[in-house]
Amino acid sequence: MTQEAKPPAPVSGVDYRWPEAGRRRLLGKRISRLDGPAKSSGRAKYTYDVKRPGMLYGRMVLSTQPRAKIISIDTSAAEKMPGVKAVHVIVPAGQEVRWVGQEILAVAAETEAQANDAVRAVKVEYEKLAHLVADTTPEKASSERSRQLAEQTQGNTDEGFQQAEVISEGEYGCAVITHCCLEAHGQVVEWEGDQLTVWASTQALMGITQEFSRGLSNHPTSKIRVLTPVMGGGFGSKFGADTWGIACAQLARKAGRPVKMMLERDQELMVAGARPSLHARVRVGAKKDGTVTAWWSDSWGTGGPGPAGNPNLPYVFRFPHKRSRHTAVLTNMGPARAWRAPNHPQMCLVTMAALEDLAAKLGMDPLDLFLKNVQFTDRAEVYRAELEKGAELIGWRKKWHPRGDTTPGPIKRGLGLSIHTWGGRGHNSNASVVIEPDGSVKVFIATQDLGTGTRTAIAIVAAETLALPVEAIQVNIGDNQYPPSEASGGSTTIGGVSSSTRRASVDALNQLLAKVAPALGVEAAQLEAVGGRIQVKGDPAKSLAWKQACARLGTMPISGKGQTSPDLISSGVGGVQMAELAVDVETGVVKLEKLVAVQDCGLIVNMKTAESQVYGGMIMGVCYALFEEKIMDERSGRCLNPDMEFYKLAGIGDIGELVVHMMTGPGYDERGVIGLGEPPVISPGAAISNAVANAIGVRVATLPITPDKVLAALGKA
Amino acid sequence: MAKRDKPSGSSKRPSRESKGLSRRDFIKGTGAAVSAGVLVLPAVAEAAQQAGKVLGPGAVPITLRVNGQARQIAVEPRVTLLDALRDYLDPPLTGAKKVCDRGTCGACTVIVDGKAVYACMMLAIDAAQASSILTIEGLAPEGQLHAVSAAFVENDALQCGFCTPGFVMACKAYLDRNPNPTYEQVQQALGGNLCRCGTYMGVRRAVLDAAKKL
Repeated sequence: MTQEAKPPAPVSGVDYRWPEAGRRRLLGKRISRLDGPAKSSGRAKYTYDVKRPGMLYGRMVLSTQPRAKIISIDTSAAEKMPGVKAVHVIVPAGQEVRWVGQEILAVAAETEAQANDAVRAVKVEYEKLAHLVADTTPEKASSERSRQLAEQTQGNTDEGFQQAEVISEGEYGCAVITHCCLEAHGQVVEWEGDQLTVWASTQALMGITQEFSRGLSNHPTSKIRVLTPVMGGGFGSKFGADTWGIACAQLARKAGRPVKMMLERDQELMVAGARPSLHARVRVGAKKDGTVTAWWSDSWGTGGPGPAGNPNLPYVFRFPHKRSRHTAVLTNMGPARAWRAPNHPQMCLVTMAALEDLAAKLGMDPLDLFLKNVQFTDRAEVYRAELEKGAELIGWRKKWHPRGDTTPGPIKRGLGLSIHTWGGRGHNSNASVVIEPDGSVKVFIATQDLGTGTRTAIAIVAAETLALPVEAIQVNIGDNQYPPSEASGGSTTIGGVSSSTRRASVDALNQLLAKVAPALGVEAAQLEAVGGRIQVKGDPAKSLAWKQACARLGTMPISGKGQTSPDLISSGVGGVQMAELAVDVETGVVKLEKLVAVQDCGLIVNMKTAESQVYGGMIMGVCYALFEEKIMDERSGRCLNPDMEFYKLAGIGDIGELVVHMMTGPGYDERGVIGLGEPPVISPGAAISNAVANAIGVRVATLPITPDKVLAALGKA
Repeated sequence: MAKRDKPSGSSKRPSRESKGLSRRDFIKGTGAAVSAGVLVLPAVAEAAQQAGKVLGPGAVPITLRVNGQARQIAVEPRVTLLDALRDYLDPPLTGAKKVCDRGTCGACTVIVDGKAVYACMMLAIDAAQASSILTIEGLAPEGQLHAVSAAFVENDALQCGFCTPGFVMACKAYLDRNPNPTYEQVQQALGGNLCRCGTYMGVRRAVLDAAKKL
């Protein structure tokens, strides 16, 4: 979090605060993405598309063992194969590998096919060690594979449960899933002398600059250029240079030629990121009117060799008495990485499902139970307003029935709801805005657009400030040589870049007004930018067109600078989602019919891309609610579905109708810009799980809710 | 086509020549024009039946008729149309993307002789039999936008954009066959293209929008 430096003394005092409602020309409107045409005409060049003269293709030898010591590596045959130009060992003999798919060495060859041939010719000898990949309980895993985290308590649960008039117990969980970015991880690396250039599919230009430096014996960062003008998805998995990035640089150095090394899809799904599972036994106590008095939970989860995740249950609600404990089980699968809103979707499922079960036990509409308990959240009024809006949009009061649809026939319908929260304070960002004598305007920020619309948001802020059309702003991002900005994670980019761009644009405008003032015979403080012109306040006849004004700069462009501005941003959003679906109790198939999202995020920069973020999060949520999971085989220690046929994502016909309502206006706009990328992915699992329980009368405990689980749950009933 | 061919020079496997059976002969012999996951167009299958000669294992000179141009390259028989477009053409056509490489996600969709196909599921040497291959770069000259591409931008049917070329080509191929689809038909027709960012709502609107304009 950046300290607010004293603002530079304004030359003419253009106010950098966001324009008020009614005075916003572009902010909050629906504006098409600047990079839309390049992407939709296939001309945008991603890392995967980069082709450099003399470029080689890299491929890796991957561990076939979930846990083993490498006894020997024989590259003799591979090195002699046609087209092979370099070999680089990543994990040498004598060291351990800890998951199937872990990279052992890399080769570079003239073609991808030759590199694949060489990989197959490498012989690795393993000494197998005991492994664990199953998503299992701490009791079944060994004690050295269990890491119990400190218990979290509030109040006194004995007291809390004594106060309760009803107690509900249950078990809830989510399976391990992956990120499955469509553009795989990878990079193109080129050396020219000791100057290193990396085209990387990354969320962290500045971060990986440091990692390449460290990974290459502290190579000076001043000699490392990282380029990511456009990238094909991150979702939290692309913050690092990764083993393969460093290996790619080593291959390029050894071969004396550029090397492109992108992960293949099976490798991508095995090793390039996972979201840990979360399973929990929950006991929740409440008064008859639904007010919760106590929460107890014991949870565990798996997600690779490190203790990923520290869920703080219950989620969103701070009940007066609670005790929760979590144990991480360490497994031999590809390591967990931050997955969009880390921990939140899992915690949300456990908490909202437990509350819905409680409501069912009380014979209460869960909407009423939630309304009763929002007093225990940080933003009760926001949730009340959003719950009301959501209920209106889905027709909750009219459609809801008590648990278990009694309509005759195999199709059972149900409604479910969930609430969530996220922070999203803008990160540390620097921007420079250059106004040229010919009137062109350029913004420079070393930030990344993951598909989030960052590029367009920057243009909107600059255009709003300078009273120009969006098309007049040339946005330059994706280059670590530009003014530094932090990584795109935690939904912190929009607050960072919008406020730094705002400050930089105002700084540039102030300088321009100072230059123009003499020509209009007034003090700079009398001038403002309106409708593509620089005019005297209240006297439009006394004005210059933008180009005329800029011509007064002679030969010297203006360079305005800005940093993240705490008074233009804030943190903390709510969000509500409600699902309507039908379950066929003969086949177990769940058909999502409608998912409604009501979301706040402070002041919205671009309504079009904001809504898309919410649709996107909802769809990702439908995927983990109903379809996707990483399936591991305990005997071999392998992932059984590292492909996109059996690692299932929702298709265009699997998502029903999505309805998005953004909360705007008084109470929201004045909070400034807050991040939005993560909140909408948090609730779908819980809302859908609750709707299924409402429909069929029993709880399917674990996501994804696949037909076999629905049928099993019904069999038990 | 789940596995690439193994190199015939390897001592561990019999060479294709000594086995006396090429992939093409196999398809001809069994009469199986379609195997799991492989789309073989009628024109291509017929050409295969007539040709019956063995190609490879080294690079074979072929001509791909792409976007109205005859492009000559040399590829090993195991190279897919997708890899030929992206890595072998010079200058390359990188619009079609490599994501699953197993005929599932549609990011590599191109239009061959009027039909949408997964370029990762077609061998370049087979594509050389086709009279026309249309990639996204061929939809409109640089600087202009095809109606489908423009509709994607207007309806925000893209986010990271990696699935987008595949979707645009699938949409174009679909609208060529069914110029006035219903909302429900759109959902069924585009089930062969996956998106991780979650652009489906925008895609649905874009297709209906483009249909009006085409």
